[in-house]
Amino acid sequence: MKYADEFRDKTIAQGLARAIGAEAKSQRDYRFMEFCGGHTHAIFRYGLEDILPANVRMIHGPGCPVCVLPASRIDMAIRLAELPQVTLCIYGDLMRVPGSQGKSLLSAKAFGADIRMVYSTLDAILIAEQAPNREVVFFAIGFETTTPPTAVMIRLAEKKWLKNVSVFCNHVLTPAAMHSILEGQDIHNGGRIEVDGFLGPAHVSTIIGTKPYEVLAEKFGKPIVIGGFEPLDMMQAILMLVRQVNESRYEVENQYSRAVTRKGNRRAKEKVSDIFEVRDQFEWRGLGLVPHSGLKLKQAYAQFDAEMRFAMHEVRVADNPTCECGAILRGLKGPVDCKLFGTVCTPETPIGSCMVSSEGACAAHWTYGRFRIIN
Amino acid sequence: MRARAYQRKIDIKNGRVDLSHGAGGRAMAQLISGLFHEAFGNEWLARGNDQAAFDVDAGRMVMTTDSYVVSPLFFPGGNIGSLAVHGTVNDVAMGGARPLYLSASFIIEEGFRFSDLKTIADSMGEAARAAGVYIITGDTKVVERGKADGVFVSMTGVGALADGLDLSAEKIRVGDRVLVSGSLGDHGAAIMSRRQNLAFETEIASDSAALHDLVSLMVAAGGSSIRVMRDPTRGGLAALLNEIAHQSGLGFRLQEEAIPVKPAVAAACELLGLDPLYVANEGKLVAIVAPDMADAVLAAMRAHPLGRDAADIGEAVTDNHQFVQLSTSFGGGRIVDWLWGEQLPRIC
Repeated sequence: MKYADEFRDKTIAQGLARAIGAEAKSQRDYRFMEFCGGHTHAIFRYGLEDILPANVRMIHGPGCPVCVLPASRIDMAIRLAELPQVTLCIYGDLMRVPGSQGKSLLSAKAFGADIRMVYSTLDAILIAEQAPNREVVFFAIGFETTTPPTAVMIRLAEKKWLKNVSVFCNHVLTPAAMHSILEGQDIHNGGRIEVDGFLGPAHVSTIIGTKPYEVLAEKFGKPIVIGGFEPLDMMQAILMLVRQVNESRYEVENQYSRAVTRKGNRRAKEKVSDIFEVRDQFEWRGLGLVPHSGLKLKQAYAQFDAEMRFAMHEVRVADNPTCECGAILRGLKGPVDCKLFGTVCTPETPIGSCMVSSEGACAAHWTYGRFRIIN
Repeated sequence: MRARAYQRKIDIKNGRVDLSHGAGGRAMAQLISGLFHEAFGNEWLARGNDQAAFDVDAGRMVMTTDSYVVSPLFFPGGNIGSLAVHGTVNDVAMGGARPLYLSASFIIEEGFRFSDLKTIADSMGEAARAAGVYIITGDTKVVERGKADGVFVSMTGVGALADGLDLSAEKIRVGDRVLVSGSLGDHGAAIMSRRQNLAFETEIASDSAALHDLVSLMVAAGGSSIRVMRDPTRGGLAALLNEIAHQSGLGFRLQEEAIPVKPAVAAACELLGLDPLYVANEGKLVAIVAPDMADAVLAAMRAHPLGRDAADIGEAVTDNHQFVQLSTSFGGGRIVDWLWGEQLPRIC
């Protein structure tokens, strides 16, 4: 597979593993957090943990938009979809996410709600054009990567004079969440994060660039290396992190230079800033309220804002008190340290954020790695 | 001469199925006679009874039934009709049996085009003739518009089983080899490439095919050293091996590098965030074979066009947890777990 196989070469990987082993000092541990769920998924899919030295450990961060969506937002979406005039368009991996009562959009669909799985924001536009008598709401979710397509959708709806389109906005911001994690605020399990550096998100950084992370690296003294999702990308980024730690540097470095620049994608950022503004705070499942970490539509686009249009109200729902997601997302505990892991909390019956989507730390451990735990 | 009793021929080019075509009257008789009999044509069906009597060989018979609700109905490499015949023939063949007769039951949505129905029926007839089986009885129901997705097909198949052959997962032993007959995920990728809202350009065609000839060669080469055979349809290789692991009480260890996946299928799965090990196949089989006969069975598979790319991908191992484990091509390890729910594309 062109442009993929080149980054999955076993021989090069073994060479990188040897290089990491040679650089990593045997008398200390290296703990790196991969913020993004895409990295978590790849680590397990390729079995990277098996080829890294034992003293270089990856901690799985909160960067999965499905995982961190609070149950209250799913509840709101279900209530919205149950309105008889509404057609709710969602991405597929939202289907099974449980709300506060265990009900999901998949089960709401089975009970008659008009919920359509779409693959792009433009699908929602097509549905709205074909059904002018329906209120078509797009459930917008994701980090900086998926926000520009939502902005394009709103622009297109405006241009086409579509009166039956709106967006339920749940877009969230990466640097704000990293900041919150590093500060250790608003977390019921408490404790400052114990990591030596970050493997920074690839796709997000293609949009925002590397610059927004510079203040974080400086303020908290943590190296950040933006790395691609292919296994060799990640191995190289980990080697760069080990070197920074050894040299007591804390810089933002860019391993994924084939797609990421310092300033990012100017046009995409402009499209987003035209339409969205930062919320004062947004709730993250497992992390609580995080200041300046979510987006909403600007007042000028209120007609496209489903929360305004349908007078939606959020009722916050407390996370399960025995759930350890907050500590796991901060690297203070591992999935197996949670009493719920693999007992009441499994991918079929997720309780906490880390188990909700396949990219969550607990789900990945359970699905791909539990042979290490059990055997 | 019987066709003369029906005054009006159905307009296959422009007509559509309406509720009268399922009401048991003349219109239904016209549909069955003018479309299905034409396509399936055989002596048992021509008698027009509600059942078909047929001779059976001495020994054991096998029987299977399945429903086909695929969307879209037409896809590169086939349609719901050919898929139904292949799927049912394969379910019979996976027991080591020779498929003989099929039944076909249609649930058709009001408004469905006769021309599409004819295409489906013709390809069923063609697939059955190619496989040497006969569709000897059937049923037709028409439901109101909106109560079905075009057409659903249910099929039952029967076949004859050679003496001494009794394939079953509980016969698997540690060290048995896992063989696959070819590249995985072709059917699922072809279907996805034609799904509404997901169309992408690709030359991937469904692998839909009848595997009974391939099975005959394998049985001739391996006999009872073949412990079990299954076709990895819904849920793909992952679901199938987890199911067999559960039934046998053993685990499996697979080598990712040995598992054949076409580059185009791998690319489509990459694009959608899917794993080809979980994607459906309709013309592939998995056989668990005693180690001393595995090479012979593999050679027999490779001698048949449908097994040309057959591969030995792993072995049965002792595992109280009945895990299917994969040694990744990257040098690591992981579980190939049961899928929970449908495999859905990821956001990013």
